[in-house]
Amino acid sequence: MLDIFDILGPVMVGPSSSHTAGAVRIGRMARTLLGEEPVRAEIGLYGSFAETGRGHGTDRALVAGLLGMAPDDLRIPRSFTLAGERGMEFSFYPARLREAHPNTALLTLDAESGRRLEMQAASTGGGRIRVDRLNGVEVSFTGQFNTLIVRHRDITGALAEVAREVSRARVNIAGTSLCRDRRGGDALMVMETDQKIPPVTRLLISEIPGVKRVTYYEREED
Amino acid sequence: MALDSMREILDKMEERNIPFWRVVLETDMEERQVTEEASWEKMRLTWQAMRESVDSYQKDLRSLSGLVGGDGERMRAYAAGGKALSGPYLQGVIAAALCVGESNACMRKIVAAPTAGACGVLPAVLAPLFRSGQAEEEDVVRALYVAAGIGAVIGYRACIAGASGGCQAEIGSASAMAAGALTALRGGDGAQISHAAAMALKNLMGLICDPVAGLVEVPCVKRNVVGAVNAVSCADMALAGIESRIPVDEVIDCMGDVGRRMPVEFRETALGGLAATPFGKSVKEAMEG
Repeated sequence: MLDIFDILGPVMVGPSSSHTAGAVRIGRMARTLLGEEPVRAEIGLYGSFAETGRGHGTDRALVAGLLGMAPDDLRIPRSFTLAGERGMEFSFYPARLREAHPNTALLTLDAESGRRLEMQAASTGGGRIRVDRLNGVEVSFTGQFNTLIVRHRDITGALAEVAREVSRARVNIAGTSLCRDRRGGDALMVMETDQKIPPVTRLLISEIPGVKRVTYYEREED
Repeated sequence: MALDSMREILDKMEERNIPFWRVVLETDMEERQVTEEASWEKMRLTWQAMRESVDSYQKDLRSLSGLVGGDGERMRAYAAGGKALSGPYLQGVIAAALCVGESNACMRKIVAAPTAGACGVLPAVLAPLFRSGQAEEEDVVRALYVAAGIGAVIGYRACIAGASGGCQAEIGSASAMAAGALTALRGGDGAQISHAAAMALKNLMGLICDPVAGLVEVPCVKRNVVGAVNAVSCADMALAGIESRIPVDEVIDCMGDVGRRMPVEFRETALGGLAATPFGKSVKEAMEG
């Protein structure tokens, strides 16, 4: 079911919930998943984002999100200037994708630390978003739940171990998915939860054998 | 409990003997795990933001393309002259829809309801009632729960994005939400709310999304007026006892189906409809040049 405050909301800077507010949220999600402020961003625009993105401020909205702004931030129209002041490089290109949602962006981000993130996400209407691909692996989550993303080696019992830690923290799992690139290779676990996942639980999960990286997105209260 | 069909909401009303708005409020409490007070307060703040989106209108602002701005003020001035065809309430509805639609195009703060392109419809029908003392804040907040419930069902069964289903999914949905909200506000029962929403959606069925130069300006701002006025007519019809022959859930499913089959040129890509007129193309060229 849809959150009724996604239907009546968000409170946002215009002109378009899908092309402006949704784009801010996509940028903000990518920044969170990268774990730090990007120093460089290559942004591919697809479908309606490519066709009409400029007139809706989609480009400025994506960069505003990468800078950590929320959809009701009145500085969104000035994000290019602000990114320049903070030393963030960015560029846009028309993305070639197959069977993607009409409002899709493909972001490739580099951080100071050398970390890199590639995220494909769609703005699905009314300001809501869905992440469709992370570093080449197909995923599906919306940021409407607290979301735990665990990259780990494809070994028996990894999902059970993570689920055990989560349930010990009395956190209820709303949905989960697991994808791997090949047997015994890397796997990506996405877990959406009703409650927030405490830092200590995330730490314990990161220490589970085979776990390579733990990323966490906390649902935003607006 | 979920808001998957209007039938389900009506069944719940009957089962528990509670009004429409309370079914939606209790669903929100359960889904987001919040108290009644927290849910109510968030809806009250949403209403406050809607009111501000009407009140903060600046008549001198112009949009990026220069095509939009000042019409809300023009309508207000005309209405003040006492020669308008429509009565005081409808004059206020038209002016407010223009004001909020224009503010959105000028990158001001609005409440997406259900989308930014349709942000003028709900405030347009509610703000004039509130301002003239015909509705208290409590009535309006309850009406907004009704609107949100209808919108949630449409979002679940069909779609609310122009890129997915054309303008019928944005202005059409907003109009259905507003029609239901007004009907509830004036004491209509669950069936009447459903009829109002169904009629509003039917009246705008097939409306394409064809923004000139891809901007949420032309024809979007004035379509907020159509959505709002259509909502008032449908609420009045429902309250008069007029019914939609086709059940509301079937109308919603139909809107989703029409949206899916709509050519991509008519789904926010600015490649067809009014966007592809010689004038529309010239605006696009001017913007790019």
